[in-house]
Amino acid sequence: MGIFVGKDSRVVVQGITGKQATFHTNIMKEYGTNVVAGVTPGRAGETVLDTIPVFNTVSDAARETGANVSVIYVPARFAADSIMEAADAGMDLVCCITEHIPVLDMVKVRHYLKNRKTKLIGPNCPGILTVDECRLGLLPTYIHKKGHVGVVSRSGTLTYEVTYQLTMAGIGQTTCIGIGGDPVKGIDFIDVLDAFNQDDETLAVMMIGEIGGTAEEEAAAWIKANMKKPVVGFISGRQAPPGKRMGHAGAIISGGKGTAADKIKALNDAGIEVADTVASMGETAVRVLKEAGLYDTCHTC
Amino acid sequence: MNIHEYQSKQILKEFGVKVPNGSAAFSPEEAARFAKDLSTDVVVVKAQIHAGGRGKAGGVKLAHNIDEVKSYASALLGRILVTHQTGPEGKEVHRLLIEEASDIEKEYYLSLTVDRKTAQIVMMGSAEGGMEIEEVAAKTPEKIFKEYIDPGVGLMPFQTKRMAYNMGFQQSVIAKASKTMECLYNAFVAKDCSLAEINPLVVTKQGEVVALDAKLNFDDSGLYRHPDIEALRDIDEEDPKERAAAKASLSYVNLGGDVACMVNGAGLAMATVDIIKFYGGEPANFLDVGGDSTVDKIAEAFRIMQSDDQVHSVFVNIFGGINKCDVIAAGIVEAAKVVGLRVPVIARLDGTNVEEGRRILREANVPGVHMAKNMVEGAKLAVELAKEKKLQARIKG
Repeated sequence: MGIFVGKDSRVVVQGITGKQATFHTNIMKEYGTNVVAGVTPGRAGETVLDTIPVFNTVSDAARETGANVSVIYVPARFAADSIMEAADAGMDLVCCITEHIPVLDMVKVRHYLKNRKTKLIGPNCPGILTVDECRLGLLPTYIHKKGHVGVVSRSGTLTYEVTYQLTMAGIGQTTCIGIGGDPVKGIDFIDVLDAFNQDDETLAVMMIGEIGGTAEEEAAAWIKANMKKPVVGFISGRQAPPGKRMGHAGAIISGGKGTAADKIKALNDAGIEVADTVASMGETAVRVLKEAGLYDTCHTC
Repeated sequence: MNIHEYQSKQILKEFGVKVPNGSAAFSPEEAARFAKDLSTDVVVVKAQIHAGGRGKAGGVKLAHNIDEVKSYASALLGRILVTHQTGPEGKEVHRLLIEEASDIEKEYYLSLTVDRKTAQIVMMGSAEGGMEIEEVAAKTPEKIFKEYIDPGVGLMPFQTKRMAYNMGFQQSVIAKASKTMECLYNAFVAKDCSLAEINPLVVTKQGEVVALDAKLNFDDSGLYRHPDIEALRDIDEEDPKERAAAKASLSYVNLGGDVACMVNGAGLAMATVDIIKFYGGEPANFLDVGGDSTVDKIAEAFRIMQSDDQVHSVFVNIFGGINKCDVIAAGIVEAAKVVGLRVPVIARLDGTNVEEGRRILREANVPGVHMAKNMVEGAKLAVELAKEKKLQARIKG
């Protein structure tokens, strides 16, 4: 089970002939992901990794292979166009890894997606992995073990870090998603929390936020009103100075808005425990699971 | 990326926004010459630094004759201006804007930015011009008007008119105010801005709508298609270490403390800064070496971190996803050879190829490099060793 991607996902890789894309497609395949096609304009007819056919366009790939999920590894200046191409070809889900897409390009993308069914993860994200079923993006596979905790994060490395801490503590996962560090992006915390809430396999959620914007505050309010499962939080950037971009394009405190203190307060006010440091995310999760009487069920590895 | 007020005004002028006549001067002589060319009785001498609050800090002067222009210019050039946005260290003034003074009837506020939640450009306007807009937003949010712009059609005339009426412009200048909004929007979109702000936007006694100040910030990711904007970069305004880091594709922010951090990934890098503080240390920097580190990049990162005299220890915190721990470990060994290690280095490695990474560090046995069992131990040790080193330095000094 898990959310958004699984065994039934038929994946097309946009930009598959690029070095990074081929490297990660190989890992995806080895993990058992059903990669059915690749797209690089001008390279139709070729084959990547012995078995994956390459097409000129996403529409061709979808028509010929029945692909319904796309992962994008194309350079920033072409990536917005690639997302729209995937949506136009009727993909259910598009996961865009690319960093440094201009914000105004993403404004256009969001407008384009408005009345379409396509769900977008990213950009500037590590992707998504449903344990033992499907991997899109960059996530290292060996840190994941099957279980009942969902992970959602704005940061790539923190997605890995928390997953690793959970696994080390014997707590397996359902699906791990990095939603990306850009200010204008696809799905946000609430979309993911909503899906985890409806997923029978997922019994608790680990949510990792950071400075900038107000998505964590909105998620806190949503959790308080709707979430039936325990959520454990962590926010990075407590020491970030205002007005400075901390690596991610979206990680910036502007006009006094988007501080870690505000986010932690909003989460605490909604009854959500927030780990003190990045090193204590796993142990905080264990404590919350024990308090909720879910520890034994969630101790899967 | 930020640019100076005079550069922002030049761009807005090209897009049809009315701005006062003026020029940028780099010396008192130049200032005097440009002031002579202006045909007004009163001339404004404005310090050009990348920070707001210049007026209150004494960076804006009204001169009534050429001698005054010259003396104000001499006093301002080379002066360190401390405003609420510069931090206590302030910023040195290297450039001045010499501009004709305006007869102000009333001041307004106008800006454009991208709203993250709706993924739309939003225009904000207020009759509370010349004030800190954050302050207005906090105290009297009802005095700020917003127009969300549909990306499909752009800013529509009904929106600029509605904004102009909401802001309280007199009927006689409604058309001019609306035109200013349209021009500002065109500039914002054409140049990939992240912020376009006119504060104050004024109506003059002559009935003109003029941008008395202007601030344009640009989306770094869009700069590749705007070489004209990239050319306006003023390196005097940027931290030299941040600049060197950017050249090496490292993401670095100076934080002023004594425990340097080298991390992969922006989220973990922020969280590492936080954990140093949590255990009683003062973080020196945020540094993300990115997902595709090479040995050279790591060595360069060490060069930059150690160029800060205040730094007394380095905490390397790596979770190898795409970044492999063995590459990071080899980078530390290489850095020790080519850059030299002036301060103790504490390394916490986990993730991809961790065993190989630890083996490389163990076998190289570089003096001053400590391997931490886990993140907490590493953070604590980095804080402790920085304190020791600082004490030693004080005793020596």
